[in-house]
Amino acid sequence: MIAITVNGRTHRVDVDSDTPLLWVLRDTLGLTGTKFGCGMAVCGACTVHINGEPVRSCVTQVSKVAGGKITTIEGLSRDSSHPLQKAWIAGEVPQCGYCHSGQIMSAAALLAKNRNPSDTDIDAAMSGNVCRCGDYNRIRKAIHAAAKMTKKGA
Amino acid sequence: MDAIVNQSRRTFLKAGAATGGGLMISFCIPGAAEAAAGPAKFNAFVTIGTDGRVTFVTGQVEMGQAVHNALAMLVAEELEVEFRQVRVVQGGIDSAFGNPRYIGFKAVGGFQATGGSSSVRNVGVPVRRAGAAARYMLVAAAADKMKVSRLECVAENGMVIHQPSGRKVAYGAVANAAAKLVAPDNPVLKRPSEFKLIGKSTPRHNTPLKVNGTAIYGLDYKRKGMLTAVVARCPVFGGKVKSFNADPALKVKGVRKVVQVGSGIAVVADNFWAAKKGRDALEVAWDEGAVAKVNTPELFRQWAELAKQPTAAERLKTGDVGAALAGGAKRIEAVYEIPFLAHTCMEPMNATAHFKGDSVEIWAPTQAQSWNAHYVSQLTGLPPSAITIHATLLGGGFGRRLESDFAVEAVEVSKAAGGVPVKVVWTREEDVQHDFYRPASYNALSAALDANGMPTAWKHRIVGASILNYFKTFGHFLRKDGMDPTSVQGAGDYFPYDIPNVLVDFINHDAGVPAGFWRSVGNSQNGFIMESFIDELAHAAGKDPYQYRRQLLGKPHAARLRGALDLVAEKAGWGKPLPTGVHRGIAAHFAYGGYCAQVAEVSVAGDGNVKVHRVVAVIDSGWVVNPDTVEQQIESAIVYGLTAALYGDITIKNGRVEQSNFHDYKPLRISEMPKVEVHIWQGEGEQGGMGEPGTPPIAPAVCNAIFAATGKRVRKLPIKPELLRA
Repeated sequence: MIAITVNGRTHRVDVDSDTPLLWVLRDTLGLTGTKFGCGMAVCGACTVHINGEPVRSCVTQVSKVAGGKITTIEGLSRDSSHPLQKAWIAGEVPQCGYCHSGQIMSAAALLAKNRNPSDTDIDAAMSGNVCRCGDYNRIRKAIHAAAKMTKKGA
Repeated sequence: MDAIVNQSRRTFLKAGAATGGGLMISFCIPGAAEAAAGPAKFNAFVTIGTDGRVTFVTGQVEMGQAVHNALAMLVAEELEVEFRQVRVVQGGIDSAFGNPRYIGFKAVGGFQATGGSSSVRNVGVPVRRAGAAARYMLVAAAADKMKVSRLECVAENGMVIHQPSGRKVAYGAVANAAAKLVAPDNPVLKRPSEFKLIGKSTPRHNTPLKVNGTAIYGLDYKRKGMLTAVVARCPVFGGKVKSFNADPALKVKGVRKVVQVGSGIAVVADNFWAAKKGRDALEVAWDEGAVAKVNTPELFRQWAELAKQPTAAERLKTGDVGAALAGGAKRIEAVYEIPFLAHTCMEPMNATAHFKGDSVEIWAPTQAQSWNAHYVSQLTGLPPSAITIHATLLGGGFGRRLESDFAVEAVEVSKAAGGVPVKVVWTREEDVQHDFYRPASYNALSAALDANGMPTAWKHRIVGASILNYFKTFGHFLRKDGMDPTSVQGAGDYFPYDIPNVLVDFINHDAGVPAGFWRSVGNSQNGFIMESFIDELAHAAGKDPYQYRRQLLGKPHAARLRGALDLVAEKAGWGKPLPTGVHRGIAAHFAYGGYCAQVAEVSVAGDGNVKVHRVVAVIDSGWVVNPDTVEQQIESAIVYGLTAALYGDITIKNGRVEQSNFHDYKPLRISEMPKVEVHIWQGEGEQGGMGEPGTPPIAPAVCNAIFAATGKRVRKLPIKPELLRA
């Protein structure tokens, strides 16, 4: 049994210690918002936060994160009220939408550290997240919009 | 449906009472029922509940192109309800949903598929007719209720208003009464000047689900008692299992069963990780078969030899190319080489199936429910009526999900595992290495120019793989001479340039590498070749590439393409100065009903690296339902084509794909994303598609800009920086 804390709740999970966190979230806890895209940390679809840091859950063994505070897309806000979620909706960002849990989680980690990211900051933080529908320009715009919203709200 | 059915005699519309009350309009998409065996079915419908809520059931699937939105907008427009009142429900498989664009394919019973940029073009009018019929009946029922003339009533925002008195009746209040009326034979559709919603950017229903993790894709589907399987596949195409040892897999905790299926050995387990560990532990000996001898470089050498054949299957022949080539003032020759490409949808292939003996149920992110059912029927011997397919949201499609391999395989695994529900999950490596690839090809081009530099002859010989060799339900469309219309698509079916002597022909060569539909299909490679070679001719003639094209687009059938070209030149500021080191390239192409022209602004660094700064695009696909999603589709098509131009290369070594994941089959990333400007030209022309026309022009626009920057012509994709070094 491994104890992990996901979105504020502690779960004891009976899985092999080498199981990637991604599959514990999806198959054991039923949190399917976090997506499988590559299995080798090159597409970002599986991005979650561990203690606020963006982490690719597809290559993160569950045993290594016991004790950490894990946040998934389902836990980013209770009611889709995170500025990025609002900006994503307002900007009609997703097409197929599959990569966007990961996109939003990477962007949320960026905004938490950098309240006014430049385009270069966005490139650096978001280049690990692939979107095959090509939503990149809207993603960039929505991150800027969310940053503005946060500033106004502060 | 309840017992009350009032069917109009001459149309495909009928009205009836909805289960639970209210009005249900059923419609049959013209042609679909005729193509299907047996009597017409009426299972595609719009329902107006007694609470006024509108439910629209569609057979088209949602893969990011916002088709559910576009069709719901059409219903709302004609029905006169607010868009947000329309709930969209994904329908199952039904001949009523058959895509009339493909009704010619009677051998497969007319079929239900979402592809070929065809949804709005084909089902748009029937959907609008259903909305209009419902409005007509609701108005009639409300007028009866108010005891007034229906001519004095109008429908607005879910209400019927008696104009002289201002009295109002809500749709819900007369939905039951309307259900007893006869559907109009030929409901009058709104004129474009009356549109309130069509043509206005309208947010998607499902965006909120995509930002909080609640959208359900195929991979997210769950079912009680469901197991997960991962399959060991022969790395060589067409290879078979010689023998296998399941023991090491069965020792993995959570592995339940190991079963042999057509595609290899499936390890069935409690969850993905156990299945994958089991699959990796499995010992399999493969009989690799003949394809193990196939290597990409030899394949192209072989095709270069084949291209020397005196004749080939002809697609387009006008005048006398041989004589014109011999008699021109100047002759230009070039060879273009096009690689195999994988699709790499963000959601890897997967499907869930439950084989129950006398029936089967499938949950899958699929573009082609009918084809899936056709193959599952062949596999199981079950009649199509015993096969239920639930389409989930698709995490990308791009043509990959028009295939049936992933769905059929899931049925096989479920059956072999004893009839339990099984989700088969493909790893990204399997997704890259077991795709149906955009066909590679070798292209020999020659042209003759007259004394003024204008072309008098154009010859394009294509040698390569054919999609129809693999798409067996289409197999009977492969001509006896080997002509595959998809292989010459965009090279010989629509030839815009006014050149008196043209020959486009094709030599079909199957190397055993599966070929499939890839966003814009033949256009994606042939558009690159045509628009690069015409650029070569312009430069050989010493003329401006935009003006040169323009001069050759004088025939009436090329008018819309010329219109798009003119507008893109204007919007991009063609001919105006650019920052030092930045150069422009232009291209225009027709695909799937859409005329798209693009200008790319590109710089090439000293090390040969290519940076695309800005792309200006013009699309003329006729009238537009939702401009915002059209803009997204064009931008998306550009990114898809640009990724391929810069990086896309599937190479075969000893019958195996050498690439495996996003590290060596690279996608464009946000840091490389150009600015994109999309201009929508809404002309009077016939409505075309939106999903695909944006892909073909980007590679030639970029490569033409590279030529402008470096004087080096890219004739082999993907673009190789090492060949562009200063």
